[in-house]
Amino acid sequence: MLTVDKLNKTYKTGDKALTDVSFTVPKGQVVGLIGPSGAGKSTLIRCINRLVEPTSGSVRLNDTEISRLSVGELRRARRRIGMIFQEYALVERLTVMENVLSGRLGYVPFWRSFLRKFPGDDIAKAYRLLDRVGLMAHADKRADALSGGQRQRVGIARALEQDPELMLIDEPTASLDPKTSRQIMRLLVEICAESSLPAIINIHDVVLAQQFTDRIIGLQAGQVVFDGSPNELTEAVLTQIYGEEDWTAMRRGAAEDAEAEAEAHRETEKLMSAL
Amino acid sequence: MTKQSYPTQWRRPPQIIQAKHWRYLVTFGVLLYLIMAIGTVEVNWGRVVEGVERGQRFIAGFLQPDFTTRWRDISRGLIESLTMTFTSTVVGVLISIPIGVGAARNLAPRWVYYVCRSVIAVSRSLQEIIVAIFFVALFGFGAFAGFLTLTFATIGFIGKLLAEDIEDIDEAQAEAVRATGASWLQLINYAVQPQVMPRLIGLSLYRLDINFRESAVIGIVGAGGIGATLNTSLSRYEYDSSGAILIIIIAIVMMTEYSSSHLRRWVK
Amino acid sequence: MTTTPTTQTPTPVWHPRTPKARITLWFFWLLTVALFVYCWNLMTANTMWVFVYDAPQAASDLFNRAFPPRWTYMERLWKPLWDTINIATLGTLLGIMMAVPLAFLAASNTTPSKVFLRPFALFCIVTSRSINSLIWALLLVSILGPGLLAGILAIAFRSIGFIGKLLYEAIEETEVSQVEAITATGASQAQILNYGIVPQVLPAFYGISVFRWDINIRESAILGLVGAGGIGSQLQASMNVLAWPQVMVILVVILGTVVVSEWVSAWVRKAVI
Repeated sequence: MLTVDKLNKTYKTGDKALTDVSFTVPKGQVVGLIGPSGAGKSTLIRCINRLVEPTSGSVRLNDTEISRLSVGELRRARRRIGMIFQEYALVERLTVMENVLSGRLGYVPFWRSFLRKFPGDDIAKAYRLLDRVGLMAHADKRADALSGGQRQRVGIARALEQDPELMLIDEPTASLDPKTSRQIMRLLVEICAESSLPAIINIHDVVLAQQFTDRIIGLQAGQVVFDGSPNELTEAVLTQIYGEEDWTAMRRGAAEDAEAEAEAHRETEKLMSAL
Repeated sequence: MTKQSYPTQWRRPPQIIQAKHWRYLVTFGVLLYLIMAIGTVEVNWGRVVEGVERGQRFIAGFLQPDFTTRWRDISRGLIESLTMTFTSTVVGVLISIPIGVGAARNLAPRWVYYVCRSVIAVSRSLQEIIVAIFFVALFGFGAFAGFLTLTFATIGFIGKLLAEDIEDIDEAQAEAVRATGASWLQLINYAVQPQVMPRLIGLSLYRLDINFRESAVIGIVGAGGIGATLNTSLSRYEYDSSGAILIIIIAIVMMTEYSSSHLRRWVK
Repeated sequence: MTTTPTTQTPTPVWHPRTPKARITLWFFWLLTVALFVYCWNLMTANTMWVFVYDAPQAASDLFNRAFPPRWTYMERLWKPLWDTINIATLGTLLGIMMAVPLAFLAASNTTPSKVFLRPFALFCIVTSRSINSLIWALLLVSILGPGLLAGILAIAFRSIGFIGKLLYEAIEETEVSQVEAITATGASQAQILNYGIVPQVLPAFYGISVFRWDINIRESAILGLVGAGGIGSQLQASMNVLAWPQVMVILVVILGTVVVSEWVSAWVRKAVI
């Protein structure tokens, strides 16, 4: 179970990306996070595993208070949170198998990962997951030899290889064509149901969100403006979320999106710099 | 889920050489070469131990450089190096422009192309030092031989890159100018020059930088410049003067690199 | 184009540049020419023009004496040639070993400390780059005495800067999203490097190394001039006794080696990338 309580995020530039965001995701529930681009969806999802550091508030996964963990503890918490990215974010020059196995990096010591000598159970699990997402035959191919849909399946397998207790999914279909998008969404929902995983799917396509998720949270300018079941999502609510023609808000949002990305990069840099 | 068993072993497929025996053969060959090569290095340990002390003195000299004692020699060498660098870059670039145009397949007739390409090939494959040895033998010791050496090297460098740039120009623009009935010179002036000019300036600045570094070396074989001064001070074991010269070279290289990167950005 | 002249203003004269830009440009060219003349005078102040006028004569003399090349001298060049290749190869390997850690320290996204270690690594790289391998050889021969070791170290020290600079630039250009994804799995810093960064820079690394090896073959051919071993020593010895037919043979051998190494490096780079 994931509990987010009064989460706030203010960037160094003073832009307020999230304001008092609170919600709870019970086991097995798939939540669609919708909102205009830059409403803070990206920031919210990255605040949960602290790729972006929240300013205040609490994030609690089962019994762990994530927002107050030390670096080492955060690593252990992160390995229980699977993340799937918009542009797949596979390591292009590694094989599909290595990409899936990289989901175990939080569990194995460095020498094992360096020599690619992962424990047998991890390898069997990776094969099972590749079979599950229909890529058994591609295990030894390099990731950059796959199509977009196939790459996203590898991304899903990598996240599941982590034995996650929560899935964070950032725009899984943004780089895919409509048909593949549907297939990927169906796969995600099925997989979450199989092991009753809670998931937050950040998605801009309202129709897809309504079709595949159990619950929808609408964000607008960093605030939760809707939280309910997909069929409660009426025209009026959508207007409230996306605005009539509030272009200025949209543009400010885009800037915030870039900000979220930049901050995430800075965080990664900081991490690396602790070497 | 069905209870199906999956393999618990996985090995990374070889990335570069797929065939197994070839991989072993290449690994074996490389190892054998390394053993043989390292075997040829004879180290006179007595001399090395002696060298440690000298190395320490050199580092001390580098940390406490002496600019004053040999300042007259240093400044003369420096002026020679700097003037040689600048004049050879200017002349070299001026000569390399017609050669570069001639070596561009899309502009020059066949025979001109081959002549220019061979000039470039000769200039590029001859080491600066070897060229300098010849010019010193022909023109006597001093900066003039150095100037000729650097000019010669510049021609090959700029000529080749310029020719490649011209071959890469946007054909559509050249086509448009050609369609207006322009002559060959007008074609160069209107279609080629605007496209390659910024790049040519960038290359020249880059070459200026390289020429300075080279000018510090060719003095060793008698072609003038700071290299001669450095050579003398090292052979006299005056490590504090050598340290001073090296610091000056490093500082000037850093300066030219920094300013030429700025200038290049400004030209773009 | 328009048929109706609406105003009385005279037709503007078209200039390719604004007046200010034109003046700046002219000034710039004037400055260049003046500087050139000044430098030329300084440089040629000590030139003995007699030698220069004699140069055509000297050249024809030299070529008359150098031809025909003494091909039998070849048999004494195989060992120095082998040494030259070893200097280049071992020097490149040694250079790589020192350059790789420096590159990771110098790249802004992998450096452990931006304040102290990064400037230090950058300084090492710049120093190594500013000093030509022949000068490194001069120094090392003066310290270690003549021989292959000085040559190998000279090549290695010069290669650090080249490989280090290109490699750290490649590290800085890696895609952040891939690194972020590896971070999100809970990987440690070393694992992030191993899985997120290294695979991305590996092709660049191979390319840079082979490229440097090719350059090093050229450079090691002349290191012998200052006593650092290889075929250059033979060149130096032959020139000292004015044995020009032998010099010709050595030059042909060096040229041949350079052409072959260039071909090998182009082939390897194509195979790897």
